[in-house]
Amino acid sequence: MALALPADVRPADAMVPVPYRVVGRARETADTVTLSLEPVGSPIVTPAPGQFNMLYAFGVGEVPISISGIDAGQRVRHTVRAVGAVSQELCAAEAGAMVGVRGPFGTDWGIDSAAGGDVIVIAGGIGLAPLRPVVHELLRNRRRFRRVTVLVGARSPEELVFRGEVASWQASARITVRTTVDYATAAWKGDVGVVPTLIERVTIDPEVTTVMICGPEVMLRFTAAEVLGRGVAAERVRVSMERNVQCGVGRCGHCQLGPVLICLHGPVFPWSRVGPLLARREL
Amino acid sequence: MAPSAPTDYHPVVLDRPGLQSLIDALVTDGRRVIGPTVRDGAVVYDEITQIGELPGGWGDDQGPGRYRLRRRDDDLLFGYAVGPDSWKRFLFPPVSTTWRAEVSREGVEVAPPAEVPRYAFLGVRACELAAIAVQDRVLVQTNYPDRDYAARREQALFIAVNCSSPATTCFCPSMGTGPRVGSGHDLALTEIPDPAGSRFLVEIGSERGAAIAARLATREAAPADREAAAAVWSGAAAAVSRALQADGLKDVLVHNLEHPRWDTVASRCLACANCTMVCPTCFCADFREAASLSPDHAEQHRTWATCFSVDHSQLHGGSMRWTTRSRYRQWMTHKLATWHDQFGTSGCVGCGRCIAWCPVGIDITEEAATIRATDGLTRLPAGATP
Repeated sequence: MALALPADVRPADAMVPVPYRVVGRARETADTVTLSLEPVGSPIVTPAPGQFNMLYAFGVGEVPISISGIDAGQRVRHTVRAVGAVSQELCAAEAGAMVGVRGPFGTDWGIDSAAGGDVIVIAGGIGLAPLRPVVHELLRNRRRFRRVTVLVGARSPEELVFRGEVASWQASARITVRTTVDYATAAWKGDVGVVPTLIERVTIDPEVTTVMICGPEVMLRFTAAEVLGRGVAAERVRVSMERNVQCGVGRCGHCQLGPVLICLHGPVFPWSRVGPLLARREL
Repeated sequence: MAPSAPTDYHPVVLDRPGLQSLIDALVTDGRRVIGPTVRDGAVVYDEITQIGELPGGWGDDQGPGRYRLRRRDDDLLFGYAVGPDSWKRFLFPPVSTTWRAEVSREGVEVAPPAEVPRYAFLGVRACELAAIAVQDRVLVQTNYPDRDYAARREQALFIAVNCSSPATTCFCPSMGTGPRVGSGHDLALTEIPDPAGSRFLVEIGSERGAAIAARLATREAAPADREAAAAVWSGAAAAVSRALQADGLKDVLVHNLEHPRWDTVASRCLACANCTMVCPTCFCADFREAASLSPDHAEQHRTWATCFSVDHSQLHGGSMRWTTRSRYRQWMTHKLATWHDQFGTSGCVGCGRCIAWCPVGIDITEEAATIRATDGLTRLPAGATP
């Protein structure tokens, strides 16, 4: 299908979705799929790990979704959990379907600033999605970093995303990978317990360690507290935040958290910036 | 907005027929002239073509939770303070289309943006020029400007009218925004009362304004005209009784997020959102799919939203601000404190609309003053008895 976008609409207007086609769809869990998207015409700017796109389901609406894969070429991957009308529609999109993409928006994980030191990646549930490109980058340039540790948690083994890939990271032995679930099954061989409990078993050299965390907000708070307790400075602890994002460009006001706009100043923040804000209920 | 007033323009005087000529000239230029008019018991802003449509002889009585038109004992055309409308209604309309698209065999076609109207705003107050400058910072002075707003804003001509009759709800002097028009106008009028029919001192604020003024039958302002205008300005300034102590307020508020006053105000606040609808700077908006019966047509609308609604902060799993306490706190601390962090300015211009149009008369100046006066108090922990 040809695309007729007036030349002046893009990139001048960040509000207009850019047509992409679903070229691959992989089921991760009962309610989560990973979509591979390719541009129909001109692509969006290449995203950096940690950034997000607004994904548009034609006739239904738009939601902010983190970027779970930045492939060579112009393909981007998004891992979507069906929790509302739009995300259900996106999860149901088959190969060949069209979706709209706006972005990339927001801050990235700042992987370069971690070079030369240790990196600990900590994910809870679908929080692994925006961290997956980080792991890819760490593996691609493994020698730029010292110890690399990936801690992954989920409520149950069935709710782990990128299961095969996590297993391959583990098998490669190039990085340390630990997985844990809140509720185990008989077949489960990993740890049992919430993610923060894995941290005590990780060697941390606080002066040179950068920590990147994404997961439910309660997990962010307990995990950050654990690594801060191990001496890592709050500036070196980064978290990715979620709020109601409708415009993605700092104009709709929905994603405010006190002084910050999650879409514009985040979604990735140093803990020194958002930790005090998250301590405040209903901010 | 126009560049600040060049100093080499001399004020001129326009009589009432001259004001009609001004409107006529603007219409001739293809502009839609929006000005104050009386409707539904209030001064609202709407398209006008005749000075007879202006609120001649009408004033307003305002207080917390109160707005009433009153008959003035003169026939001033601009003898009111401000009504529920602001120019936001025209620059940042309650509903506007962000984009529309059609699906066909050839693909998805996004329609080019619609042309924006060329407005002339007549009767803009100093506080309202300040409010537009605030919205400029939010919507235009960013990496992602709102193109529709920017286009409307760029086209519009601003004919300010200095406030002569502030309401008791007004507190513009304490916010540094009025009542005298200082910048942002193309023309600034001061209505000088006269039993034979008011006349206008016209100050020219821009080249565009000068070009319009040059087409009108004006005369040079005489010393008596200037003195009479100065009396209007000083009278207005003296008539403002309310104030918001803005200095240091940002720090006071962010350090008092657990102040018991938030509970007190929440016990009165209906979370009705009136304050955010009448506020000339509130910019929160929903960007939502507009319902369409056609499977081939889609469009997204930007509609005014409010931080007082539960779903404003909705995520899957629930709202981030489920109590009225947190939503009022969000509104007020955003307006007076975190707006500075985000946009380098206060979000409040002191127009007093939120006070008058609050159905229960919550007064932002009183709330701020109370928290300042009792700085450091914290609410009792849940379950504790006072």
